[in-house]
Amino acid sequence: MRKAARWRNLVWVLPAVLLLCVFCYLPLVQNLGFSLLKWDIYSGRQAFVGADNYVKMVNDPIFWKSLLNNTLYAGISIIFQVFGALVLAALVEGLPSSRWRGTLRAIYFVPSAISLTVAGLLFYFIYEPRMGILNAALETLGLGNFAQAWLGQENTAIFGIIAMSQWQGFGYCTLLFAVALQRIPSELFEAASIDGVGPVRRFFSVSLPLVREMSSLMMIVTVSGAFQVFNEVMVMTTGGPNNSSQVLGTWLYRSGFVRNDFGYAAAIATAVFVITLVLAVLQLWLARRRRVEW
Amino acid sequence: MVTRTSVLMVLGRVFVQAFLVALAIVVIYPLLWMLLNGVKSNSELFADPFAFPHAWRWENYVTAWNRGVGDYLTTSVLVTVASTVATVLISAWAAYGLTRVKIPFNRTILILILAGLMLAPTVALIPLVKMFQALGLYNSFWALLILYTAFRVPFTTFLIRAYMLDLPFEVDEAAAVDGASKARAFWQVILPMCRPIIISTILLNVLFTWNEYLFAMIFTSGGALQTLPVGLTNLMAKHGTDYPVVFAGMAIAAMPVIVLFFAGQRYFIRGLADGVGK
Repeated sequence: MRKAARWRNLVWVLPAVLLLCVFCYLPLVQNLGFSLLKWDIYSGRQAFVGADNYVKMVNDPIFWKSLLNNTLYAGISIIFQVFGALVLAALVEGLPSSRWRGTLRAIYFVPSAISLTVAGLLFYFIYEPRMGILNAALETLGLGNFAQAWLGQENTAIFGIIAMSQWQGFGYCTLLFAVALQRIPSELFEAASIDGVGPVRRFFSVSLPLVREMSSLMMIVTVSGAFQVFNEVMVMTTGGPNNSSQVLGTWLYRSGFVRNDFGYAAAIATAVFVITLVLAVLQLWLARRRRVEW
Repeated sequence: MVTRTSVLMVLGRVFVQAFLVALAIVVIYPLLWMLLNGVKSNSELFADPFAFPHAWRWENYVTAWNRGVGDYLTTSVLVTVASTVATVLISAWAAYGLTRVKIPFNRTILILILAGLMLAPTVALIPLVKMFQALGLYNSFWALLILYTAFRVPFTTFLIRAYMLDLPFEVDEAAAVDGASKARAFWQVILPMCRPIIISTILLNVLFTWNEYLFAMIFTSGGALQTLPVGLTNLMAKHGTDYPVVFAGMAIAAMPVIVLFFAGQRYFIRGLADGVGK
């Protein structure tokens, strides 16, 4: 083929590449530059301050609190959205009636279809001390002593938000695991049951190893999602009370858009980038090591 | 003969089924509560959170609609339709180029597009605000359209490319023999053959755009142009004491996607299977 014609073929990928370069990769590079500035966006004043923003970040207790909350988010999400969802998918797929399987999968998924804003507002009301159903349910069960303002207290706010996230997200993960389980050839299960293997052992020796690729994928998606949390915290507590439910995303937003310190916000963005990059590299490495063929 | 193990098995099965049904109830109850609260009166909300409404006040839905939810819905529909169409077309176009056309540096370009999968929107946020202000697109429909499209192209291209790789290459040869150009083969042969994956990427993109909050909040601040997720938080801030109306607004925001999910469930699951199986 003539060379000119080959170059002309770039027109196929040009829109995608241009969009990505201009609106994803260029800002990524710019962000590194911005993180070295002291920058007041309203007056437009900018000054080069070197690593000052990073020094400030390392000495900022709210940054560390945010990072801890993101880590907590990741840990709890792994338990419910990876292990929990996998066990749940195996239980649902083990049901004899395919109609029930479909119905349950769909019901579990519904919270994932509604936006985090709706879910966040809904749980804001569920936790609300006067009209909420959580305290009302505790009182009905005779556990009224546990009733409290869940989002209004420093030690419970972040857990209230994380709990909402699990309700919202586990159905999506269950659906993905169900899809992965369906892809396992049925002969493998038949062979196992001919050998007299019970359901529990079948889960550990057939299902689990064969969905390992999906599990590691889900693990990484869940964890990197946990470091990008923003919407639900914004809607439910905006990081309060007293910054106790702050996460990196909301602290970045607050630093930049509320406290008008864009250089510092860019430094936090760099931290988010480094964390998600490390997780992405880990994902590629795991995917290469753990590929299971059948 | 009834053995001990078979009794245990039956008990186990009953327990598992009860658990699965109980979980389904726990999952769905908050949503029913939301719908019911949308037709209650404010005092009923506080009297007994579990009670059914005495009179069904559907006018709450009308009030919510008139207090801005109607406008937010219009904006959401426009942004969702436009960015979904743009994303799917640009991605399918790129996927065709990457699988069926000889392109210089195709490996590098593939990596460049797929690496976008790993990029968190928050990381690019600060420079994007500055860029859109400089372009004069801040607080405009175009800001959301461009951002949603740019950030969704990697995943959509990834899914469509995987599907296109499995289509037989003889089809292209036959089209070429018939004298069709590459562009014609794309529109008239390959794109129609990709229908299943196109439908599932459309569903996934609608789900994403309809619910997106970060960009919508920052790039439409203070304007008349607001999508449902942002509009709802405004409704809450402005009319937060009129709770049933807020609940009605939430229900209006949630309904379209739930209906769409049930209508397209088959395609949706197939899209997930194709996307994650490769």
